Amino acid sequence: MEYKDYYQIMGVGREASADDIKRAYRRLARKYHPDVSKEKDAEARFKEVGEAYEVLRDPEKRAAYDALGTRKPGEEFRPPPDWQFDYGAEAEAAAGAHSDFFEQLFGGLGRGRRGSFRSRGFDAAGQVEVTLEEAFRGTERRLSLQRVAVDERGHAEPKTQQLTVRIPPGVIDGQRIRVPSQGEPGMGGGPPGDLFLEVRLLPHRWFRAEGRDIWLDLPVTPWEAALGETVRVPTLGGRVDLKVPKGSQTDRQLRLRGRGLPGNPPGDQLVVLKIIVPPAQTPADEALYREMAAKLAANPRQAMESSS
Amino acid sequence: MTEPIRAVLLDDSVEFSLHELCAACHVSEELVVEIVAEGIVEPHGGNRAQWRFSGLAVTRIQRVIRLQQEFDVNLPGAALALQLLEEVERLRRARR
Repeated sequence: MEYKDYYQIMGVGREASADDIKRAYRRLARKYHPDVSKEKDAEARFKEVGEAYEVLRDPEKRAAYDALGTRKPGEEFRPPPDWQFDYGAEAEAAAGAHSDFFEQLFGGLGRGRRGSFRSRGFDAAGQVEVTLEEAFRGTERRLSLQRVAVDERGHAEPKTQQLTVRIPPGVIDGQRIRVPSQGEPGMGGGPPGDLFLEVRLLPHRWFRAEGRDIWLDLPVTPWEAALGETVRVPTLGGRVDLKVPKGSQTDRQLRLRGRGLPGNPPGDQLVVLKIIVPPAQTPADEALYREMAAKLAANPRQAMESSS
Repeated sequence: MTEPIRAVLLDDSVEFSLHELCAACHVSEELVVEIVAEGIVEPHGGNRAQWRFSGLAVTRIQRVIRLQQEFDVNLPGAALALQLLEEVERLRRARR
């Protein structure tokens, strides 16, 4: 078991007052609260800070912790043989979210208290990364969950559980999905919690999702845009034919209704035309452009010239 | 290999009764009534027995309760924080 320096975690000195500690906790909670934070390891940090606060806010726990003396964080640690802590009733309410270090000192998981009450297991949370194609069709994900199993004698044992989850079609970025009864196991015969997963859509080479709508920049030639031709367009459901309206300019948006992510109603695919000018690579190409310059009287800057 | 477990989308394609919502969020009916009165989630249906919540309500209720407990604010304060957070998330998404 590794020693945890709760003062270092809270960013306060050993002599910090109760007010200092409360202030530090509030500030860190705002920074790392998983609902508020954009930091990568926010959830782990928030738990760590919560645990540190739980000890340092309570004068009895703090005194007991201080009595252990100072060690290096992460140093191998065993509680002194005469260690005793008369933990309050609130310690058991939050079990499962604590480090081994905390459990050894204050948790009392190993002291036969667990069997005496029945409670529902905690909800678990996680993220799944899904490609746009998978979001469109639905997919399966094999997840490895870190679980704390408690045996009859009350020993907490971390173990990894494998789980396959079927994700239905039509998930969008930030979507939460609920996997019933796959959270932490209940105690004393209580039911397990649920598993909540948040979906992250991975970036796609061509498509961009906005809610259920899918955006695509579609390169077209000047003549396809000018003459109005039918072009093949990729969608998540496969290629479709799209008639480019005659006389289209670049950035024109065309809507393929119902071709976005499935749902009720399904999203649309929005196609943004991007006119690509073919390079003049040969003398013949150049001659063609010169002929256009001579015969097509076009001045795209006319409005600028007349207004200045 | 075991049969995959079906996940439920928490969006507007699913509906929860008051009872089901309380079970999913581990909260009392009284608390949900307070949260509805605060305008944090809006059920369809006239009286409590007919209330139907969308799957989005599960997420909002869980978040508002966490904010309330972990920042030690009252329900209107947590509701305000939630509204602002959702606005920030919407803007972040639009910017990408």
